Amino acid sequence: MDQQSDIASGPQGAGRHDTTLSAVRLGLRLLSVGPLLILIVLILAIGMVTPNFLSPGNVSNILAQTAVIAIVAMGQHLVILTRGIDLSVGANLALATVIGGLAYRWADSAVIVMLAMVLSGAAVGAVNGIVYVFGRLPHPFIITLATLSICRGLALQFAIGHTTMRGMPEAIATIGGASTFGVPNSFFVVFAVAAVLVVLAKAMVWGRWIYAVGGKPDAAVQMGIPVRGVLVSTYVISGLCAGIGAVVLAGRTQAGSPLYGNLLELDTIAAVIIGGASFLGGRGHVGHALIGAIMIGVIRNALNLLGVNIFFQMIAIGLIIVIAVEGDVLRNHLEARARSMHAGQG
Amino acid sequence: MSAATTPVLTVRHARKRFGAVDALKDVGLTANAGEVLALLGDNGAGKSTLIKCVSGVHELDEGEILIDGEPVAIHSPAAARRAGIETVYQDLALFDNLTPAQNFYCGREIAFPSWLPSGLRFLASRAMDQNAAEIIDRLKVRLPRFDAPVALMSGGQRQAIAVARAAVFARKVVILDEPTAALGLRESRKVLDLIRQLRAEGKAIILITHNMEHVVELADRAVVLRQGRKVGELKPSRANRQKLVSMIVGAEA
Ligand SMILES: Nc1ncnc2c1ncn2[C@@H]1O[C@H](COP(=O)(O)OP(=O)(O)OP(=O)(O)O)[C@@H](O)[C@H]1O
Ligand SMILES: [Mg+2]
Repeated sequence: MDQQSDIASGPQGAGRHDTTLSAVRLGLRLLSVGPLLILIVLILAIGMVTPNFLSPGNVSNILAQTAVIAIVAMGQHLVILTRGIDLSVGANLALATVIGGLAYRWADSAVIVMLAMVLSGAAVGAVNGIVYVFGRLPHPFIITLATLSICRGLALQFAIGHTTMRGMPEAIATIGGASTFGVPNSFFVVFAVAAVLVVLAKAMVWGRWIYAVGGKPDAAVQMGIPVRGVLVSTYVISGLCAGIGAVVLAGRTQAGSPLYGNLLELDTIAAVIIGGASFLGGRGHVGHALIGAIMIGVIRNALNLLGVNIFFQMIAIGLIIVIAVEGDVLRNHLEARARSMHAGQG
Repeated sequence: MSAATTPVLTVRHARKRFGAVDALKDVGLTANAGEVLALLGDNGAGKSTLIKCVSGVHELDEGEILIDGEPVAIHSPAAARRAGIETVYQDLALFDNLTPAQNFYCGREIAFPSWLPSGLRFLASRAMDQNAAEIIDRLKVRLPRFDAPVALMSGGQRQAIAVARAAVFARKVVILDEPTAALGLRESRKVLDLIRQLRAEGKAIILITHNMEHVVELADRAVVLRQGRKVGELKPSRANRQKLVSMIVGAEA
């Protein structure tokens, strides 16, 4: 390779330079597969300690419990790709289930109820994106925090004092709660959302623009990318995913509730970061959100099986987030090292 | 140099104010095909402002811009690019998270099918990779890897990618704002070689730099700005280098 001969002809200490550079490269590669490795090790380790963990019933249980986090995390990941954050997803999902519950009272039609939930989610996302971009806010933190509060309030208001609104159309209950060949149907929803988002993010021009906006917003403007539209779209998709998550959750529980999705924003942000996407924007893919969501599901489930209490579960997830963010910092550090080493090669 | 004197780009009576600051006061300029025009001036003289007006980042308050003698309206970076003007900005405008080829085509991807709106088309990644690789090869830029994000590349390699991108897409004018400011000797050399190559291909090049060595070595003509005004224009050489410097700083020669 070119680069090899360049290094070989380098001025001084070529050999040492070479080994350090490969060490840095190895470090970067390890970091990029780290989350998946950790997940596999985690599953094997827990499987050995608690035999019940890998039983078909429990695996399908984990998949079902992870589905909502996974779906919403995939939307969240697009927002994080553009250096943003969507704090409203949990409340957005709750509002969508309540609106679904109201729609069900009005018409026992799976299509109408589903549309109501998904559109409600997307509409909240659109508000987030439009106010953030056209209101020229410095950061989406504030607006999504505001819609978190507004959505939760609206959900409670619309549910008029009920904590649950029982009943969902048959088809929605099947999507959220039933299984096909032992695989929860909700898992197929995860799969479908993942497939669509992978195509959008990796195969389509729009996806490339999302990465560009996240990588360097100023340059995206200079290159003529419609930055505002791209930003708004990520919040709409995030809201849409919250709406789809609402369908799955309302289906599984056959109810809507203004209390659903509590702390879902934390779970989804954690999933994206634990899975290996960068909080600094521009880095990450759908797989990261999925790996992170499954890791959270696995840890919760295992701690449950082991009888560890829920407070410790929260602490454990928090600690893992810290480790994941440090991994992100370390990656940037290693990249800077690699860069300065290439500089010596001319 | 061939005596090419077709004015590709002409700027006439350019004025630009930022609040109370007169950044440009009645500045004129012509850039010819196959020629390197150095745009000189002390800090704050108005160099970047002038080229930002030409590349569509700012709009002129007064004055006009002509391409091949025809007035053009440049209201956005995209409009400038459509007019055949490419700019290498001081901060490069590269995406660290994208590969060289992705950087090359960012904002003007090769994609299909053409009946869809451009954002909804599908990327022709292989075509873009191949084309970019060929171009980078032709410009004799050597990159450590072609499939890694440019975050991992050195200042010179990144600069080379940005220059190469401008070079390929510029049909008429390439503007470079201090392209060697952050580079070491060896990497500066490479960028200068690239500029020579562009000139040989018949493009009009506008080079902003504070490095007099580079000006004397490379520029066919130099325009000097001071406090938003054009204070001189001459053909740089070793002999009049001192005169050029005093024009820039404002002392009488
Ligand atoms: N966006 C802006 N808003 C307000 N003032 C500006 C803006 N851009 C430039 N100026 C002012 O216009 C004048 C010309 O600035 P410009 O950046 O064009 O100088 P320059 O010749 O490129 O200098 P340098 O060599 O330092 O890059 C300066 O007084 C600067 O402060
Ligand atoms: Mg400048």
